[in-house]
Formats: sequence, C-alpha cells, structure tokens
Amino acid sequence: MNYLLKHARIIDPVTGTDEQLNLLIVDGTIDRLGANLSAAKGVEEVDLSGKLIAPGFVDMHVHLREPGFEHKETIESGCRSAAQGGFTAVCCMPNTNPTIDDESVARYVIEKGKQVCDGFVDVYPIAAATKGRQGEELSPMAELTHAGAVGFSDDGAPIASANTMRLALEYSSMFGIPIIQHAEDPSMTKGGSMNEGVVSMRLGIPGIPPIAEELMIGRDIALLRYVPKAKYHVAHISTRRSTDLVRSAKQEGLAVSAEVTPHHFTLTDEVVASFDTNTKMNPPLRTADDVEAMKEALRDGVIDVIATDHAPHTIDEKEVEYSQAPFGIVGLETAIGLSIAELVRQRFLSLLQLVEKFSTNPRRILSLPQIRIEAGQPANLTILDHEIEWTVDTTRFSSKSKNSPFHGRRLQGKAVGIFNHGRLRRVV
Amino acid sequence: MKRAKIIDATTFSRTVNRVVHEILERNKVAEQLALVGIRNRGQFLARRLAAKIKEMENIDVPVGILDITLYRDDLHGRLDQPKLQSSEILFDISGKVIVLVDDVLFTGRTVRSALNALMDIGRPALIQLLVLIDRGHRELPIKADFIGKSVPTAIQQEVQVMMTDVDEEDAVYLNDAELREVKP
Amino acid sequence: MSLQSRHLLGLDGVPKQDIELILDTAVSFKEVLERPIKKVPPLQGKTIANLFFESSTRTRISFELAERRLSADVVSFAAAGSSVSKGETLKDTARNIEAMKIDMVVIRHASAGAAHFLSRVVKANVLNAGDGAHEHPTQALLDMFTLREKYGTLKGLRVCIVGDVLHSRVARSNIFGLTTMGVEVSLCGPATLMPRHIEQLGVRVFNTLDDVIPSVDVLNVLRVQLERQQGGFFPSLREYHRFFGVTKERVDRAGRAITIMHPGPINRDVELSADLADGEHSVILEQVTNGVAVRMAALYLLGTSSK
Repeated sequence: MNYLLKHARIIDPVTGTDEQLNLLIVDGTIDRLGANLSAAKGVEEVDLSGKLIAPGFVDMHVHLREPGFEHKETIESGCRSAAQGGFTAVCCMPNTNPTIDDESVARYVIEKGKQVCDGFVDVYPIAAATKGRQGEELSPMAELTHAGAVGFSDDGAPIASANTMRLALEYSSMFGIPIIQHAEDPSMTKGGSMNEGVVSMRLGIPGIPPIAEELMIGRDIALLRYVPKAKYHVAHISTRRSTDLVRSAKQEGLAVSAEVTPHHFTLTDEVVASFDTNTKMNPPLRTADDVEAMKEALRDGVIDVIATDHAPHTIDEKEVEYSQAPFGIVGLETAIGLSIAELVRQRFLSLLQLVEKFSTNPRRILSLPQIRIEAGQPANLTILDHEIEWTVDTTRFSSKSKNSPFHGRRLQGKAVGIFNHGRLRRVV
Repeated sequence: MKRAKIIDATTFSRTVNRVVHEILERNKVAEQLALVGIRNRGQFLARRLAAKIKEMENIDVPVGILDITLYRDDLHGRLDQPKLQSSEILFDISGKVIVLVDDVLFTGRTVRSALNALMDIGRPALIQLLVLIDRGHRELPIKADFIGKSVPTAIQQEVQVMMTDVDEEDAVYLNDAELREVKP
Repeated sequence: MSLQSRHLLGLDGVPKQDIELILDTAVSFKEVLERPIKKVPPLQGKTIANLFFESSTRTRISFELAERRLSADVVSFAAAGSSVSKGETLKDTARNIEAMKIDMVVIRHASAGAAHFLSRVVKANVLNAGDGAHEHPTQALLDMFTLREKYGTLKGLRVCIVGDVLHSRVARSNIFGLTTMGVEVSLCGPATLMPRHIEQLGVRVFNTLDDVIPSVDVLNVLRVQLERQQGGFFPSLREYHRFFGVTKERVDRAGRAITIMHPGPINRDVELSADLADGEHSVILEQVTNGVAVRMAALYLLGTSSK
C-alpha cells in the first residue's frame, strides 16, 4: 500500500525540517517530500491539514508486565495502548516474572512484540542489570545485548551497592549501552508511600524523602566520573536538586542523561490528600517547586526525554488502603496530551523540542535506529493533532489497566495515527 | 393575614393563678409536688407556677427543665437539626407527683417524648399534664389534666405563646396560615 | 445546627463551629451519663458496625458504650479471627457492610486514609477511630472537651504534646483541633520523632522538657510505642525516660499546677511517672469518662443528620 500524506506540517529535528509538505510513501519507504506532490494511481491520499508529522515517538520506560503479570497488561495490550498514545516503539522494563535477565526472555519479548498489534509497535527490551534484579551479580550483559536488549536497569529497585554499580558501569561500557538507574537509597525509603514533605506530615503517611533520590544520583555521578566510558541514564527524575546534579554532571561532560514522566511535571503531592491510590507512584509526586524544576530542566535540555513509566495495575490491586497499594500509573495514552498542555502551551518547549524529547533523544541514548523524514528512509511516523482538546476517559483506554489519576482531566494534543512497517494505523 | 391576640397580659396572669389553684386542689399534699417544664417556654411557665405556689402556700416546689430532643420521633431526616440541650432536673423524681408543664398541647407527640424522657430519669408516683393552651388536633391518646384555655384552631393556624422571660409581653396569639413562614 | 460533613474522618480543616457543636452536644450527653438510666433513644433502629482492624480495647469499648447508650444496634468485630485475617480486602468488607444495610461505621485501621477510603465506597456515615499515623478525631475532641470543662475555655490555653509525634494520630488530630480553637500548641520529644515541617501547622517544637514546662498549662503525654526503639528512633527506654519522661520532679519545678493528660494506655514510669498519672492534676480518668460523652455527641450528630 502506498500513501500520500498531504498538507501536514512535518517536524524532524534530525534533518532540521519544519514545514508543510506532502509526503509520498511507497512500500513503507519515504519516496519523496514536496510542496506540490500529487497522487499517482493506487496511492491512498490522506488529508492531514492542521496536523503534524514527526519521527515515530518512543516511550523508553514502559512496564508491559508480560511474562508473569498478564492480568495487568500483556505485550499485546501494552502495544495497543502505545499505538493509541502515538508511540511506534516502547522499551519495556525487566521486572517481569521471569525477569528479563536472560537471553531467552529477551528474545521472547521481542518476538511477541513482532506478532502482536500487527507489529505496529517495536518492542525493545531493557534487560536487568543484575541477576534477578537482586543488585548483586551482573546479568549476562553481552548475551542480552546480542539478543536485542537496548539498556540495563533493575527498575523498580535501585542498584544500591556502590560496587555493583561500578561493575555494571564498567561492564556495560563495552557495549555502549546505558545503565538506567531507578535512583533511590533504599535504606531511607522503607515503608514510604508518598513524598516526604508538608503534605506527608499532615496526612501521617510515611514519606519517601527527596534526598533518597538525590543521594543515589550524586553517588552514581561520582562513579560515572570514575568510569567515564560508561553511559548513565536517570530514570523518572523527580526533584529539583536531582536536576541540579544532572545539570552540573552534563556541564562536566559526563555521559549522563535523564528522563521525566508526565505526572512528575504535572501533579504535586497535594493530590495525595484525596488518598486516591492512583496518586501513589515511585518516585512519588513531589512539590510544586519540583514540578517547576522539571519543566525548567526540560526546557534547558538537562532532562533529555519524556517517558511515561507506564505501570499498569488492576482495579482490585489499586482499590485498597493507601499503604497497601502498589506504586505506579498507566501513562501511554495521556503522555502527549499532558506534554502539550503542560509544556508546549506553557512555552517551556517548542514543538520541535517536544519531538526531540519523545523521539530523537531516547533513540540517541539507547542507540536505536534514528528516524529521518527524508527520501529513501523507512517511514516511522507519529501523526499528531496538537490543537485538539479532549477529556481523559480511562474506561476507553486500550491498556488492560485503568489506573490513572488523570481521569476527567482536559488535555491538549493527541496522536491521530502512527505509521510503521509500511502501514498507517489510525487512532480513533 | 390575620393575627389575633386571644390572651392578653391580664388574662395570662389570671389563667396562671387559676391553674395553680387547680393543681393545689387536686394535690392536697403539696410536699410531694414537683414541676417539670419542657424546653423552651414550658420551663418559664413552670417557674411562674412555682412562684405562685410559694406566694400562696409558702412551699418551695422543685422545678426541673426537660429537654426532649433525644426522644423526638422526628429526629431523623430533618433539615434543621434541633440543638441538643441538657435536662436540668436536680432532684430525684422517683415517688414524686410530677406536673409536666408545656405551653401548647397540639399533636401530643412532644408530651409522648417527655413522658419517655421522664421515665428514663426515674419512677414518679404520678404524672399530671398542664398546658397553657390546648389547641386540639391530637395524634396520640393524650389528655391534659390542667388547661389554661382550650382554643379551637384550624390545623394550619399557629398558636404563639409569648412570655416576658424571653419575649416583650405575656400574651397568646392565634396566627393565620399565611403568617407562617413558608419555606420553599 | 448540623455538622458540615456526614463523616468524621479527621479534624484537619474542620471549622471551629463544628468542633464547638460537638463539644456543646457532649455536655448534654455527659448529663445523660450521670442519670440512673444512662440510655437515650435517638439512634433507635440504627445499626452501627465497629470495624477494628487494629486492636484497641479501650477505644472500642468507649465507642460501643456510646452507641448502646444512644440505643443503636451494635455489631463489632476485631481483626483477629475475622475475615480480614483470612485475606478479605477492605473493599470487600465495605461491600458487605453495604449489603447488610449498616447505617454507620466506626473504623480503626493501621493504614492512613482507610476511613477516607471507606467513606468513598459506602453510603454509611463513617467515623474514624484512628487511621495509621493520620488522625484520631474523637480522641482529640475528648481531650478538648476535658480541657474546656476544666478551664472554661480553650482560647489562650497553652498545651504541650510530649513524645512520639511522628507516629501519632492523637498528636495530629490534637494539633489540628487545638490550633483551630485558639490554643497555643507546643511539641516536645526526640528530634527523630518530630515530623519534618511540623512547624508549618503553627506549633513550636522543643527538644528539652525543661525548656517547655515553665510556659505551659497542660502536658498531653503520648504513649511510647516500644517497637520504635527497634526502629532506631531512640537508643533505649532508659534514655527516653531520663530525658523525655514526664516526672513529678520536672513538673514541680514549674512551681504551679500543670494538668496531665494521656490518651492511654500508659507505660508507667516510661513516658509518665506513676505519681503524676495518679496525682491531683491528672485528668486521665476524666478523659476516659468524657470519651463516651464525646463519642455519643459525634454519633448522635452524624446519625441524626439528614446529609
């Protein structure tokens, strides 16, 4: 099937394109771009007036839950959710059962990704940094890289031991693959359910102190300085001081990168006062000043990536006492709407920068194939309506799980389609 | 709009005097007597009666105040929750002849509540009921022993008793329906 | 006159007039409790469930007494031996409450927010009898009632809460309620047991009893949970007693009467010396008596409200 995508504004940070062009795609490859292209016979014309075309978005922090927790999400439902949210690729975290700490599990995830959802969404596993995510022995990183793992992380748990972290940085440096750290000093966070601050003090909920994150990032940056060939990525950064640490490490020239979730630049810990367990995530929602810092760090390029930490849990798992509830919320289907509403509309990011945070930067950090919207390149595209306002209805999510604090919230911007592997998938 | 004064200050005073005579006539041994007024105007009326008895017989008849809020049968589902106040009955009612005093006898439900409340406080030898106005329309089989004045009324009319303890005069008015505050 | 909320989940944000209404109403119930027949009928026909997911004999008995004296039908269950220990979730318990047509629920739970959770999923009125380290509103109300009875007014009174504020729902509810009523509140305890940012609730924090005793009228002494020592919050009970134990010697140095309160049960001669607990300025047993009256008031106001 061949397509002529007409009248869209094409934004590609890699080629430096930002103009309204028609795009002819033949057999999944970009044939031509031009202002006045018209359709030949057998070409499906799609009018995209007022829409944007960008290189395919990737969410580099997703929990697909398969294998092991298919009641929450499967690779299939997760990919459908990703497609609905406008992503052509996801990187899935290894806290499955069995853990992705072995070639066979990594291959299973990749293969399953190709089979489901018509292969629209590329699934790249992030493998465990240590065996069983226990933080002790290194996982077989060479084999895992060979099998297709694009990053190493014990996400959900930090690599707490300094020596293990040193070894992980050294070993992974051989493959140019980053260690993705869930930055938390676990000796300070036991029993915590929310940010330690004024709100936790009022609510009597045991806190997760911001310094537990900052200490770990500070330590890791010191280790990175010691092992400068390695690549280090901070997952779901959440405090102002954490961004300060990353900022100065970058100025120093260290290979550090960072991601932030949409909820950490949108919500504060004030919302926990509802005791709604959809406000419980790790890292926890922080203060208004931290939210402001996330936006500033995105604007300044200190934070490279917006990633959702999509963490599906069933209603029964979430509808319990606050202290009993599991951490995390689903994020794939609200990421673009929150980002445009909170960042683009508030002028922290241009649309071009937004595309960098969702596509160019995560692909660079994880050494994924970089997408270029130019003739001869495979068409891997996210198509957006950046003006549309809509209201989140979790009951209509494609994800198996509905655990989102954004139900009923007005957002701006939404994917209207994705293009990958030769076909166009419209988002309805 | 009609508002008729059916008892003025002079008649009010005479009525009180008359019912005091009736009480003393019925209860020959005044030593056992005690007066219990139902909040709010019943308590003032009870005090007036006690003062009159003192004046006439030089006997101190104990006076108690009864708050019947907890015993009301319309406690649930009211928009305006009645303010709960304490009962103040600082004597043992057991074995006493209690004259229960209220300003107006209407459906009888207040008196029913008051009887239950009294029974929870002790076991009087006898309870008699005194009301200033009996306006009819009983919903329960209750009858007053002493009545200041029987006033035939329409059900939508309002009997308004005023006493100088809390109002500007001693008087009783009969108000027509439209005078009552109608809440939408 | 009725309360703004149809639940009593905490005192954070509860307006002064609501606290006053509960305290005023409790005065009437205290009078009822002095009668030979201590039972009144206002909650006749109402069914109240006491769900104690965390054991607490005295609070449960106090609530049960209050409920029975208001003529409610009462069902109580404690966590041990109930379906909760068999893995039933709070949500399922809540659904069962709905199915059994229960009108009011009193809940004690180890998790902060459990009462809020319940109030969202059931139609019944919910009274929080303690949720984690969050709130214990009836305890604070009975403390305020006891103080108001003793001093006539709360405004201008100086109260110091002594001990483990970090883990204390009694402390939080007291701080919220007392500051609303114009009481000058101070806290004293080991720095490890003082929540960060607590000054933002309008209280002063001390780490030495001798610094605070001279300038207060009341010491409300919290119970030391023995497991806190294992948590590393203080080194030993001996050291705790020596530096934070409220003793006669310390209090006498003030040179005037200081009222002693304790929510119970007391670890005698740990947080509070026995001679003070039983002394002439102790109102600890009045607190217990007043607890029933205050709980009657809260149950009555919620149970007869049309909200």
